[in-house]
Amino acid sequence: MLSLLWLIPVLPLAGFLLLALCGGRLSRPHIAWVGCGSVGAAAVTTALVATDFFSVFPARESYQQTLWNWIDTSGMTVGISWYLDALSLLMVAVITGIGFLIHLYSAEYMAHDDGYARFFAYMNLFVAAMLTLVLADNLLLLYLGWEGVGLCSYLLIGFWYREPEYGRAAQKAFIVTRIGDTAFAIGLFILFTQFKTLSIQQVQSLATEAWPVGSNLAMIVAMLFLIGAVGKSAQLPLQVWLPDAMAGPTPVSALIHAATMVTAGVYLIARMHHLFEIAPMVQEVIAVLGLVTLLLAATSALVQQDIKRVLAYSTMSQIGYMFLALGVGAWSAALFHFLTHSCFKALLFLAAGSVIHSLHHEQNIFKMGGLRRHLPWTFWTFLIGAAAMSGVPLITSGFYSKDWILWSVWSSPLSHRWIWFGALLGAMLTGLYSFRLIFRVFFGEVRTQPTGESGLAMRLPLVVLAFLALTVGFLEMPHTLGNVTLFSHYLSHALPTTALLPGMDESSEAREQLAVTVAALLGIGLAALLFLPGSLFGARGTDQSTTHPSMTLLQGGWGFDQLYDRLFVRPWFAVTRNSSDMVDRGYEWLAVCAESCHGWLSHTQTGQVRWYAATIAVGTLMLLGLFAM
Amino acid sequence: MLSTPALVLAIILFGLGLIGLLSRRNILYMLLSLEIMLNAAALAFIAGGARWGQVDGEIMFLFILTLAAAEVSVALGIVLQLSHRFRTLDADAFCEMRG
Repeated sequence: MLSLLWLIPVLPLAGFLLLALCGGRLSRPHIAWVGCGSVGAAAVTTALVATDFFSVFPARESYQQTLWNWIDTSGMTVGISWYLDALSLLMVAVITGIGFLIHLYSAEYMAHDDGYARFFAYMNLFVAAMLTLVLADNLLLLYLGWEGVGLCSYLLIGFWYREPEYGRAAQKAFIVTRIGDTAFAIGLFILFTQFKTLSIQQVQSLATEAWPVGSNLAMIVAMLFLIGAVGKSAQLPLQVWLPDAMAGPTPVSALIHAATMVTAGVYLIARMHHLFEIAPMVQEVIAVLGLVTLLLAATSALVQQDIKRVLAYSTMSQIGYMFLALGVGAWSAALFHFLTHSCFKALLFLAAGSVIHSLHHEQNIFKMGGLRRHLPWTFWTFLIGAAAMSGVPLITSGFYSKDWILWSVWSSPLSHRWIWFGALLGAMLTGLYSFRLIFRVFFGEVRTQPTGESGLAMRLPLVVLAFLALTVGFLEMPHTLGNVTLFSHYLSHALPTTALLPGMDESSEAREQLAVTVAALLGIGLAALLFLPGSLFGARGTDQSTTHPSMTLLQGGWGFDQLYDRLFVRPWFAVTRNSSDMVDRGYEWLAVCAESCHGWLSHTQTGQVRWYAATIAVGTLMLLGLFAM
Repeated sequence: MLSTPALVLAIILFGLGLIGLLSRRNILYMLLSLEIMLNAAALAFIAGGARWGQVDGEIMFLFILTLAAAEVSVALGIVLQLSHRFRTLDADAFCEMRG
């Protein structure tokens, strides 16, 4: 069954080809069947492969499958080959499983859209590219998937291309991530020139042999890879594209900009962890970037008015936690947060989509309210998602993953105390902005009348994801609570375990957990105090369209857009305007020259055949005279 | 030798043909002049062949003869078309290609 591995990315690709080539001739139910079916079949194949993988698992840690040689020239052999280990199996399971649920949801959500076939074609292509990314055995194939998901992200953000603003958002996302992609590509080139191979396993074992810890080349390559990861995962300083990417349909935001693509950077760093381990300074940079991003994004999420933008900033913030964990060497904790995050964030986006769907595409949370009674399914699932994101203790998965990260930050020798305090502040802010959303949207008086609860195809994914958002956390529980280590044990076959500072015992862990719990609950309590209608300050601040400068700064995501506009866009336009004149001058001269010569020569073209004969005769005579001399 | 007067005759014929080509406006006469020039060139080949006692000159003459026949058949077709379209044989009237 393991040999079926190649089918996993091929099935969605086949779905894409079918929909792209004859999507126009299929009826809507058929399109939905093909679109969901291909991803569902991939999920089933994943399950089959996984059972086989686990039957021999600890003894055999990885499985490799080479289909054919993609590029084979002298000195460079790149195969279409897949690599399955604990890490990539986890990614594949999330991509196909959650991907299938989101496809199912889209079948109803997009039901009345003109571009139904186009939508599912892009989505299937995305899943195929993402699976290529995580299953790739060599970096070039990984890069193919990396670019593939970028392309699909572009296509799907600009899915409603008739709105010029959406098209601009798509371009912005593409161009900003392209900066990271270029750095990533340069990193690939350096690795190839050094080691003459692009196989992920070989490159890393060669690199750890050839480069001592902290050597310059290791730093440079790790830094370039980090820039690539930062672009894809919307971390500082390349985070500006993600809030605008919400222009795409909501299932796209759930699949691409929450659950899978934006975590590709996390996957890349985890996959290349040997490289990052010999570049400790870069690891520190990762931790600091993660921390700063999570705080900036969390504060921005507090004041957004658009429900999807709140979720976009919260995604940035949660991925900041993953980067923080990667930075302090808590590889498994980062991946665990990836797993729980993709469950609860997909859930939140889908539930938000359900709200938007029932309110005739109203996205402003100040025009929502009181939806609790009208949309009970959506309310409860959204509540579970928000609780998981804020890390409500014991019952939600987000608690276990975030607690693990914070405990690693506390206890890791690679970390500092102030990073932990920053992350703790972030945990409080998470509770605050998640429940601000809940109280604004579902409580208080009804401002926009909803059309009613959505159908089964939309409710089923919500319920399944809500179940997952509650239970996935039980795969890994801390020493103080149950001591379940299924997840860390499983991933320890692909990723190194986290080092602990000396003197970290259960009592200090319990104290640390108490702090995390208090922070999360404090955030939720504050949200209730500030935003719950009828509470102490809840009546005030219903209209938050204040134009206080600090508010505008936060709403615009700390003004990075304006900063980049000043720093790069405008100078660039100024340079192009002037330099184009200078360069053009030379070519203009050429054009003038050609034009005058043309006018002069065209006089000889009289159209009279006798004139031509005479010129031929004179020319021949002149040539003869020339030869005679 | 005999070749010198033959070459002189060829040059005279060629000159006459060229003058006729340049001065005549009737396209039919221009074609005639072209034929004269071709035959002058052919005569020069014959004279050359006779001067050096080789057959190459005569072979070239045969080629030129074939070429002239082909040329005339094509050219007369064109002349017919021209007279159909312009209702005249005046070569100066066919100047639509003026640049």
